[in-house]
Amino acid sequence: MGWMAWTLPTALFFAAIGLALVTLTVLELVWPTAARRGLLPLSTTRGDRFFISLLAAAFVHVGFLGFSDGPVWIASIISCLLAISLMRWG
Amino acid sequence: MRTRPHWLLYLYCVYLLVPIYWLINLSLRDNADILGSLSALPSDPSFANYLEIFSNPVWSSGFINSLSYVAINTVISLLVALPAAYAFSRYRFVGDRHLFFWLLSNRMAPPAVFLLPFFQLYSAIGLFDTHLAVALAHCLFTVPLAVWILEGFMASIPRSLDEMARIDGHSRSFFFFRIFLPAIRGGIGVTVFFCFMFSWVELLLARTLTGSSAKPIVVVMTRTVSASGVDWGVLAAAGVLTILPGLAVVYFVRNHLVRGFALGRV
Amino acid sequence: MRDNRAWLGVLPVLLIVAFSAVIPLMTVVNYSVQDIFDANTRIFVGLDWYRETLRDPRLQSALLRQILFSSLILALEIPLGILVAKSLPRAGRSVGLWLVLLAIPLLIPWNVVGTIWQLFARPDIGLLGATLQNLGFDYNYTAGTLDAWLTLLAMDVWHWTSLVALLAFAGLTAIPDAYYQAARLDGASRWQIFRHVELPRLTSVLTIAVLLRLMDSFMIYTEPFVLTGGGPGNSTTFLSQYLTSMAVGQFDLGPAAAFSVLYFLVVLLLCWLFYTSVMRNRDAH
Repeated sequence: MGWMAWTLPTALFFAAIGLALVTLTVLELVWPTAARRGLLPLSTTRGDRFFISLLAAAFVHVGFLGFSDGPVWIASIISCLLAISLMRWG
Repeated sequence: MRTRPHWLLYLYCVYLLVPIYWLINLSLRDNADILGSLSALPSDPSFANYLEIFSNPVWSSGFINSLSYVAINTVISLLVALPAAYAFSRYRFVGDRHLFFWLLSNRMAPPAVFLLPFFQLYSAIGLFDTHLAVALAHCLFTVPLAVWILEGFMASIPRSLDEMARIDGHSRSFFFFRIFLPAIRGGIGVTVFFCFMFSWVELLLARTLTGSSAKPIVVVMTRTVSASGVDWGVLAAAGVLTILPGLAVVYFVRNHLVRGFALGRV
Repeated sequence: MRDNRAWLGVLPVLLIVAFSAVIPLMTVVNYSVQDIFDANTRIFVGLDWYRETLRDPRLQSALLRQILFSSLILALEIPLGILVAKSLPRAGRSVGLWLVLLAIPLLIPWNVVGTIWQLFARPDIGLLGATLQNLGFDYNYTAGTLDAWLTLLAMDVWHWTSLVALLAFAGLTAIPDAYYQAARLDGASRWQIFRHVELPRLTSVLTIAVLLRLMDSFMIYTEPFVLTGGGPGNSTTFLSQYLTSMAVGQFDLGPAAAFSVLYFLVVLLLCWLFYTSVMRNRDAH
């Protein structure tokens, strides 16, 4: 596994995503969701909203890194707020 | 309802065919003749360029290498994609749509993104410069493509066929192999065609994952391009020859191909 | 039918794609946050490579060229594809023949497409190049930026317009005859029939065509590599070629990995839009 060059932060990052996927799968089995129409212009399930949140978070970070020199945690906070609102009202 | 083509179509087909005609034209002439004069018809057509390719081991081993990994890739893709496409077309299960999207995203991902880790991965497991390495690497886009095409064809077979077989008392495997697969053989043909094609045409991964012993034909061709004093006639002949396997495969699936395009799944 | 045992059918695909996609993607992310000198010497640098890559002027110009190229081929191929689809006969024995003829460029290996156009456009031995030279144009695609771009565009239109035409044709044949009869009774002109009867019913199929062409043109590598090699200068170097030269040519693992992640994110977004519109199209039927 040496060639994969693992580091602690990336390992934690992937572990978190893996955990979220497992949680969503279990939630779906226990507590299935129906697609609903919220603020977004398309009907989404919980998994869809999670994916949209992740993608949006990635682009918020990219935009932040590209256009500002400030600390990255600002982008992370914006992403978290965005993700929460997407999951709740999206 | 129009039954005759518009004149514009003839014009477009001339645009399509003239470059191909020029390739064939050049492949029948020797290098001195090509460089010497520009003529619409080969004055002294010969198959010397083709003979040169067939007699030169670099070219023929390139062809064999390419055909080997393409064949391995097509078999693997079809074997794993058939059950998956059946599951996607017939059942709803947890995460099915997300899984389908994830598969599709691999078909769309640029191979250049995977270049770096593939080189390390296949070197680490000792598969570098083997046919299997290229075949597995090409699975990245041929497997999702196969699932995507097969699912489209399977979805168009009515579910009542499944139910009828169950009522007739056929076992699941008898139904799948003797009734269902023959019913979608057109789709299987189209899938084989596209797996074959995309693996056959891919250059970037095939070039990066091979050294000397598994060098594919597409790489042999680009080496000829970059060498000084290119033999244009031989290059053109190689071009004509690499088109032929695709034409042979398309000939067998010609009746189903348009439906494959109609599904929007290529 | 709801049945989670269907997962068993999907498992082989999952394993093989996980091997060839998940492990490499994780590796790329790992590389992108480190400065790697050799297998044992690596330093964690956080998001610095991303910052650097996003501000790399060569990458920005490659991205601009990519966007320009993709927009131009969409602007050329979509209308031309519709036009070709409209010129095809709708019925009769020749339809199949025409469709196979149109499909020919799609079936040619991509590097051979590059070779065909190289042999066709070279000013010394190519029919097109030599003819233009004889007509008095100073045409040379290996020296002039504009010539190189025009040749690349002509090649891509040659290669892919058929795909748009075949998709549009499939959409056109799905329009019921009754619509045309009704429009004719109202005395609609040909343009009005196209604008108000055909185009609205082609929207979904054209969305698929646009997104397919957009995504595929975004990863274009082989054809320009064979035809122009990215030149003259860097004037036809698009994203994949720039990334390849970074990863394989200079072996800059960290920056190349950061670039790969960013590239993948953009394609992922496009792919999600594509998937959403395909699924919506299918649910509507």
